[in-house]
Amino acid sequence: MRGRPAFVIGCVLAGLILAMAAVSLVWLPYDPSDTTGGRLAPPGGGHLLGTDKLGRDLLTQLMVGARIALTVGIGSVLLGAVLGVTAGLLAGFASDWLDDALSAALDILIAFPTLLLAMLVVAAREASLGSAVLAIGLAMSAIVARLTRVLVKRVLAQDYITAARTSGTSWPRVVIEHVLPNIWPTLLVNLSLQLGLAVLAEASLSYLGLGPPPPNASWGRLLQEAQATVLTAPLGAVAPGVLLVVLVVGVNLLADGFRDLADPTRRRSR
Amino acid sequence: MARYLLRRTAFLLGSLLAAAALLFVLLRLLPGDPANALLSVGATPEQIAAARRQIGSDLPLLEQFGSWLAGLARLDLGTSFVSRLPVGPEIAARLVVTVPLTLLAFALAVVIALPVGFVAAWRSDRWYGLVLNGVSQLGIAVPAFWIGMLLVTVFALRLRLLPAGGFPRDDWAEPGRALTSLALPVVTIALVMSASLIRYVRSATLDVLGSDYLRTARALGSSFAGAMWRHGLRNAAVPVVSILGIELATTFLGAVVVESVFTLPGLGTMLVEGIAEHDYPVIQGVLVVSTFAVLVIGFAADLVQRLIDPRLRAHVGGGRP
Repeated sequence: MRGRPAFVIGCVLAGLILAMAAVSLVWLPYDPSDTTGGRLAPPGGGHLLGTDKLGRDLLTQLMVGARIALTVGIGSVLLGAVLGVTAGLLAGFASDWLDDALSAALDILIAFPTLLLAMLVVAAREASLGSAVLAIGLAMSAIVARLTRVLVKRVLAQDYITAARTSGTSWPRVVIEHVLPNIWPTLLVNLSLQLGLAVLAEASLSYLGLGPPPPNASWGRLLQEAQATVLTAPLGAVAPGVLLVVLVVGVNLLADGFRDLADPTRRRSR
Repeated sequence: MARYLLRRTAFLLGSLLAAAALLFVLLRLLPGDPANALLSVGATPEQIAAARRQIGSDLPLLEQFGSWLAGLARLDLGTSFVSRLPVGPEIAARLVVTVPLTLLAFALAVVIALPVGFVAAWRSDRWYGLVLNGVSQLGIAVPAFWIGMLLVTVFALRLRLLPAGGFPRDDWAEPGRALTSLALPVVTIALVMSASLIRYVRSATLDVLGSDYLRTARALGSSFAGAMWRHGLRNAAVPVVSILGIELATTFLGAVVVESVFTLPGLGTMLVEGIAEHDYPVIQGVLVVSTFAVLVIGFAADLVQRLIDPRLRAHVGGGRP
């Protein structure tokens, strides 16, 4: 880790939000739906960061928001990874016509922008945590699938695959022993970048009122609610945004760190 | 080139059709009948049947798809459940806001990103190169709607220089007023877009600066500016142009959220309202128009890229990757 300050900073920033979310599972300053704090109480006193326009404690809301941001982010990345890697492997191994069909389908799916696809899913179901994960994960899976397909094709063209096949290794073993170990570093870098994008997408959905409903509101929702009172209670309109940026910058720096680990030539050139 | 153009056009048409089909299927797979949106709670079975007949959701799916496609071909996108007005003209009216917003924001983002990205690469070892790189790293992590909120707070609520939102009722009758309403949204989208664009310009420039041909040109006596002009620009432009296409599409989509911050009557707010009111013809219409726009932008970007990069033209119909 020495000589890689960006990676360390990324760990610290993402770790901070992770810690907030972890603490929120066992302890919260107030109940998230407790509105006894008085409207727009200033920071200090019983409420460290003050309260919102309904009298809910801001720190509590922020901690719950951290949990939601990470749940939606990690959940949708897992969903996108499972669907995407499976489809990508399938396309990578498929015969010419099936591969053509699959990659044409992927190109069209990718033309569907993540946010629009997510809004479509929310329109179909209701605005909830599950809808957000499903929507963002589905949109992400097409991108992951296309990347996996290219990576698989590249590995399959290598001589060591021919050698393994000639010496009688079965296809499933080739996948487990040769293909996956060779493509996972690049996939990991991409998936961590996708995690940042997923967190931003969830915030946008919530800001539009299409995310998980209150009292377990996400940062995007908090920002939307604080917009009307930005002059009287600026902290409510600033703090959720700052935490969002901290998480996304942290995750992006981690992705950069993974990329350096995955690609030694890049490490040297720095 | 002609063969490529033919193939690429065929692919565009195929993907437009597939996208329309996908949208249709996704919206029909939704639980619940779209007719419910027309009815109040406790409607009688006769009322439900009448509503379904009215919007045609009692017909077989294939027939519904056929009539929707035929409508699309005539630019007829159906009628809104809520306002009872045709969706097509409403979308056209909204595009009067969204299209200028997108193009202005995109142009501003390019104007910011090209010089900044170049300097960030050219002077990557100086403090200001590092600062520019850091700022762009930060910029890609900031949600557009939050930048919009902060800009409104400072420039509209505190300094009272610009309107906080809305758009003149008479659209572009007074271009000055329309432009002032678009100023903050345009800057918001441009700032976010330029952050990611700067990163692409920077890495494309770094590749060119480290290239052997540039060093050779310099060794043969070209000035830095001369070598950059003759050999560098065109090479750096190739990856940047392919990204510009994607970025233009992203700008258009960024408008969807940012319009809500500034309560602009554009395509994005139309979609959000449509979703809130379960107004299926509106949702379907806006999504079809947006997806088509994204596909057509991708098509145009591919063509431009081929025009500026002769290497791509040399490999028409070449081997698979």
